[in-house]
Amino acid sequence: MTGQNRHTPYHPRWYRRRVSVWWWLQSWPYAKFVLRELTSLFVAYYALVTLWKLRALAAGPQAYAGFLERMRSPLLIVLNSVALIFVLFHSITWFNLAPKAMVVRLAGRRLPDWAVQSANYLAWAIVSGVIVWVLRRG
Amino acid sequence: MAETITLSVARYRPEIEPEPAFQDYRVPYRKDWVVLDALNYIKDNLDGSLSFRWSCRMGVCGSCGMMVNGTPKLTCAAFLSDYLPGPIRVEPLQYFPVVRDLVVDISDFLRKLHKVKPWIEREEEKPLAEGEYRQTPEQLDRYKQFSMCINCLLCYAACPIYGLEGSFVGPAAIALAQRYNLDSRDQGSRDRMETLSEQGGMWECTFVGECTKVCPKKVDPAGAIQQYKVATATQWFKSLLMPWGSK
Amino acid sequence: MRKGITPLLWALFSAGGTVAALFYPIHLFLTGVAFPLGWVNPPRHETVLHWLRQPLFKIYFFVLISLPLFHWAHRFRYTLYDGLQIKHLTVLIVVLCYGSALLGTCLAAYTLWSIH
Repeated sequence: MTGQNRHTPYHPRWYRRRVSVWWWLQSWPYAKFVLRELTSLFVAYYALVTLWKLRALAAGPQAYAGFLERMRSPLLIVLNSVALIFVLFHSITWFNLAPKAMVVRLAGRRLPDWAVQSANYLAWAIVSGVIVWVLRRG
Repeated sequence: MAETITLSVARYRPEIEPEPAFQDYRVPYRKDWVVLDALNYIKDNLDGSLSFRWSCRMGVCGSCGMMVNGTPKLTCAAFLSDYLPGPIRVEPLQYFPVVRDLVVDISDFLRKLHKVKPWIEREEEKPLAEGEYRQTPEQLDRYKQFSMCINCLLCYAACPIYGLEGSFVGPAAIALAQRYNLDSRDQGSRDRMETLSEQGGMWECTFVGECTKVCPKKVDPAGAIQQYKVATATQWFKSLLMPWGSK
Repeated sequence: MRKGITPLLWALFSAGGTVAALFYPIHLFLTGVAFPLGWVNPPRHETVLHWLRQPLFKIYFFVLISLPLFHWAHRFRYTLYDGLQIKHLTVLIVVLCYGSALLGTCLAAYTLWSIH
């Protein structure tokens, strides 16, 4: 009975690992998550481009022509193409995750995810079509 | 000679190692064995000092969750055959403090779970004479999915936000809060919304979505949290437009 | 009953995310790629100006700029928290993110208002 059975003294020394700053490189899903979050930068970028375009429009035909000319610079075309890829990534992830947040119930049953997603993609197609139509009509 | 497979198991014995280190064990490979079987083989035949939690071996008790090759898994449902040719890395659930080897301390979760009142709250109980609280299949269907949680904490080990933000209540607890919010017999949703609107509540979540992917019971905590946000935002606008409404 | 404006900021984030998801790819494709490369002819100045004199188009462009900016503000705020672990700078981050969005919103409103 005397000091033979040593037990771990209270309180145990827990081991805690700090989360690395690079945690998002740890796995592909985490990296994809961070890429998805970074799409916001390109969303903001296009919002600013639109604002720039509006200001050029308000300033007159010359400023508008100048804006269109600036957009033709190879650097901006590359940047816009990259932004387009990120914005598309935003749209796809946004629509795919939409049914998780929006629960639609019809006749007492929850609409399956694919139905909500399809509705989103359909709306996307219609919106894009209408924008092109308005543009073509002039 | 029989086939074998190597398990690289994280060992942490506070009286020996200052921090976890891996130890390799060769165990017989059998097609019908899961990682938990291999761990029990080690414990019985190779090294009795290895510590880990388990109970039911059938995906119900939720106590054998560990990181298997870096992914949170119920080891009773992780077949060795899915990890051929090995070695298989077995570690304690990440983001939790390690007590010993593969055993983590979950008291933080239990405290947070209690905070969201995961039980049916009534402002006033019906007298017994009036009978039970009845529910239609449709009312049951609203929350049933979220009631399947077995508190295995795989979702916490998948959630970087839980690792980064110590105050975050976490996926399972919020999903369970939602389970009771959606229960037609419950009247505690206002209370829970108050709790989960605070720092560490639902707004910490940035919808990484991994909690839903690792959930062995298809509870979808990520969905529960986003739906909770929608409900809370709706409530916010309602109370803005109709401040004279209740409370 | 609700304390704080987090639900409002989140609602703006969601609305902005939806607007960006639905409207941005086609706009960005046209303005940023198709017009510059000459695949599609950009609308002429007087055409766009004619559109922008109509209130409906004013509202459309206002929403198209403002809401996605708030989407960015909210999302980027949390990206900074999680990605760089700089939550201790929260006041600075909040002011910079939502402040920029608010500034962009005001500028958009002013610009649209001045077109007539």
